[in-house]
Amino acid sequence: MASITFREVEGSSLKYWLLFGALGLFVLLGALAWNHMHHYGHVVTGMDNQIVWGLPHVFAVFLIVAASGALNVASIASVFNKPMYKPLAPLSAILALALMAGGLLVLVLDLGRSDRLIVAMTNFNFKSMFTWNVFLYSGFFGLVGVYLWTMMDRSVKSYSKSAGTAAFIWRLVLTTGTGSLFGFLIARELYGSAMLAPMFIIMSFAYGLAIYLMVLAASYAWTGRPLGDAVMMRLKSLLAIFVAAVLYFVVVYHMTNLYFTKLHGVEAFILRDGGIFTNLFWIGHILIGCVIPLVILLTALGKQRTWIMIACALIIVGGMAQMYVTIVGAQAYPLDMFPGLVEKSSFFDGVINSYTPSMPELFLGLGGVAVALLMTTFAIKVLRLLPASLDDATVAKLEH
Amino acid sequence: MNDKQSINEQSVDSPERRRFVSAATATAAGLAIAPGVMLYEVAHGRPEDQAASNAIRWGMMVDATKCANGCNDCVTACSTENGWTPVAESKHPKQAPQWIRKLELQDPLTQMEYSLPMMCQHCAEPPCVDVCPTGASFKRADGIVLVNRHTCIGCRYCMMACPYKARSLVHEHLNDTQKADVPRGIGCVESCTFCVQKVDRGDGTTACVEACTAAGHNALFFGDLKDPDSEISQRLRELPTKQVRADLNLNLGVRYHGI
Repeated sequence: MASITFREVEGSSLKYWLLFGALGLFVLLGALAWNHMHHYGHVVTGMDNQIVWGLPHVFAVFLIVAASGALNVASIASVFNKPMYKPLAPLSAILALALMAGGLLVLVLDLGRSDRLIVAMTNFNFKSMFTWNVFLYSGFFGLVGVYLWTMMDRSVKSYSKSAGTAAFIWRLVLTTGTGSLFGFLIARELYGSAMLAPMFIIMSFAYGLAIYLMVLAASYAWTGRPLGDAVMMRLKSLLAIFVAAVLYFVVVYHMTNLYFTKLHGVEAFILRDGGIFTNLFWIGHILIGCVIPLVILLTALGKQRTWIMIACALIIVGGMAQMYVTIVGAQAYPLDMFPGLVEKSSFFDGVINSYTPSMPELFLGLGGVAVALLMTTFAIKVLRLLPASLDDATVAKLEH
Repeated sequence: MNDKQSINEQSVDSPERRRFVSAATATAAGLAIAPGVMLYEVAHGRPEDQAASNAIRWGMMVDATKCANGCNDCVTACSTENGWTPVAESKHPKQAPQWIRKLELQDPLTQMEYSLPMMCQHCAEPPCVDVCPTGASFKRADGIVLVNRHTCIGCRYCMMACPYKARSLVHEHLNDTQKADVPRGIGCVESCTFCVQKVDRGDGTTACVEACTAAGHNALFFGDLKDPDSEISQRLRELPTKQVRADLNLNLGVRYHGI
């Protein structure tokens, strides 16, 4: 197998520092948003006692799910022994770590008492899926960190496959845990389903790879390094399979619900009568997030770099829409405490709850995205994560 | 001077005076302690150094047939006792905590209307306790489900998990509304405590039950579900009751009659 040269990006151009500065600005705005929310309390957000998890959770869960998916490229290289993916693996691992860090930051800074983070680190209830996730997230950092080390340090390279396999299994368990945050809830009708865990895993494959492809293409385009079609074509075909699988899971999930009469109300809400949520589901998630990208990736359009990037962007937008419907939509539909009866109270029982995200929530979420991208931007400057060239000739040599 | 001295000498030396002081002291001490002892024995008041006992399970019965439509006395009493601002006075009604609220129910087919209070159901198997990452949500040995004010991190997972929408997050600073024996705090989740401060004092009842009884509706009863002779146990034996979302099998501490 031919060897590949990894090299840091120079990162001294104006463009690099502009990118760095712009991302830094969003991190700063995110910090200010957190400060505002922490100082005044959640009263300054659009969240209330009906919609208890809002836009920050949409961002956080999306980033955490995408983080585990971003690791896939590395897993294919080491776990499934595909040499073509090997040069792509270090970026995959660092992106996974960065997205996870961004997502977790948003999650913990949205706590009612984010100053009590140490309490969450020292008091555990092992029946709680949240507690499990605390360990799954910490373990993810540890394992992916070790995996990255085995990829970058020749003296421990022989452990790379073991570390990669451990990280791969861990990430599957982790996304199972993230899906089960919702799957293990009995109160809300759209949750309480084992379907959510595998569905979150397949969604992570799609979202993570879409982000990975965009970051990869951007880093190569902006640094003037060659990135051949062989890599792009292989990855975009993989992406199409993942998106099709997402669609499959979503169809099965809703068909199952539609079969149960007691869930007809909530399904009608999401699929037909839910206003913004119905639009986000059909137009955002299904059309923009699945159907259009599939058409792009599976037709001649998918041979053009620009269209692949558009497909990736649409998958990310669709993914955010899906998270919004999954998290906020499920809370917007009222709890059915007395099936068959019309409920009314001062506490908004029996009514469809509305939610308007506030600026601090939006900027806290965007701050998390900025943290992830800033970490990646900085990492590729200081670490040898990117191959100097990924042109077709270099990649072809790897497979022989 | 001389007069005073003579009085002092007389009082110290006087046997009558001495007998009177001892008797008065004993009587005063007796009067001070006796009601406490009596109350403790009658209402099971619990000393601070004694843990809650699982020999007791506190519970409530709601007789929806007696709960008056439009009456809000239980809600007002709860807010007064526990120091939370009534929703009508809040600037942010959607974010205002409500430990108890009146639910108006109607069957769309028969037009039958019900009215009942809804609050924490003090489940024996509480989903809020299951999901709480720090263990701040907990169930006391005597069945009361509470939130530890010191370890709640405000993650709101319990609010996602509660099938009764019983919990609220404190969204804003609590200025001067707090009661000394009902600690609350911004960023923490809270809910009905079965007036734990009153229960531990030995009142043997809750503010909502007192208010309902005072209004003459007698729709609410509170007591020890494990004591077969308690009023609530006797009523529960006589009247058919239901648990809300009984399908979840959470074994609720609140039982409803007439739904």
